[in-house]
Amino acid sequence: MAETALTDTVASTTRPEGWRGIAADWSSDQRAFKNVSWGKAMMWIFLLSDTFIFSCFLLSYMTTRMSTTVPWPNPGEVFALRIGDREIPLILIAIMTFILISSSGTMAMAVNFGYRHDRARTAALMLATAAFGATFVGMQAFEWTKLIMEGVRPWGNPWGAEQFGSSFFMITGFHGTHVTIGVIFLIAIARKVWRGDFDVGRRGFFTSRKGHYEIVEITGLYWHFVDLVWVFIFALFYLW
Amino acid sequence: MTDTAVQLEGREHSLHAQAHDALVPAVAHTKGQQHPIKLYLVVWGWLFVLSTCSYLVDYFGIHGHLRWSLILLFMVLKAGLIVAVFMHMAWERLALAYAILLPPVLVLVFVAIMVFESDYTHLLRAIFFAPTA
Repeated sequence: MAETALTDTVASTTRPEGWRGIAADWSSDQRAFKNVSWGKAMMWIFLLSDTFIFSCFLLSYMTTRMSTTVPWPNPGEVFALRIGDREIPLILIAIMTFILISSSGTMAMAVNFGYRHDRARTAALMLATAAFGATFVGMQAFEWTKLIMEGVRPWGNPWGAEQFGSSFFMITGFHGTHVTIGVIFLIAIARKVWRGDFDVGRRGFFTSRKGHYEIVEITGLYWHFVDLVWVFIFALFYLW
Repeated sequence: MTDTAVQLEGREHSLHAQAHDALVPAVAHTKGQQHPIKLYLVVWGWLFVLSTCSYLVDYFGIHGHLRWSLILLFMVLKAGLIVAVFMHMAWERLALAYAILLPPVLVLVFVAIMVFESDYTHLLRAIFFAPTA
């Protein structure tokens, strides 16, 4: 299967482009995604379905916030943090955003070094990405603790509309779960890269297929998606 | 697996490797997603700038339509950069790009439906459930 993907990459230079290319690819029988391996196509399709899940969460949040007659708590004040003697609005969330963006940057470079078969740098950058991710989850745990101590519950909070708590825990909780799974995924693949599994053609434990460096890019797709979801959560939940 | 099978597989691999080596000079740019590191660093920088901008919208307390349009603008720009460059969608064939990017756009129809729905709910609540002291 991997072999088909490779030969197809070669053939892709002669394929039609633009709308004609879309029609040709989709009507060609067998495979619509010509120069993409099944692993990458499946990750994209999974991410598409995950997009719908997060869309549903954000949509239900929008619906409850628009339809409630009770004022919505001001996120700027709720998520403010006292540093020194000053309340700085949303500062923790801003730092979390920068951490996640940085992790995306290191991941993108890991993919690049992976295709150059630079094992040490790929593994190091993937572990750096995982470390950023773990830091993010840690800060989220701190944020949850702070809010729970202040009395936020899924059924109520001291500042306004009751749905604030349920929306917050549902959306950020689901996102945090995704980050956690991503960290585990990153560490597992980084170990394989470090050990040189993809250079010597060592067989994987689950499917007993030989892996190659494309798995670094597929892991990267998942990780960038987690960052992408945070972009929407940051804008729509925290800033709105 | 028998010995012959192992041998056959080994030969197939070396053959494949040879064929691949022969093709490499011509197609080196199509193997995997290889782009200069500088590109990623530039995008990284822009994501930082855009995030800072959207944070400053809140920090300076900009309100009303300007706030929402700025937030949405920065959000869309960041999402676009991540998908196009970090996730390499800009270099994929259109058959994949459209298959993945069009369905989420249709979620906007859902958004429109729920805006009407929640407006209606809000109206009913305001009329029938308003606190009458």
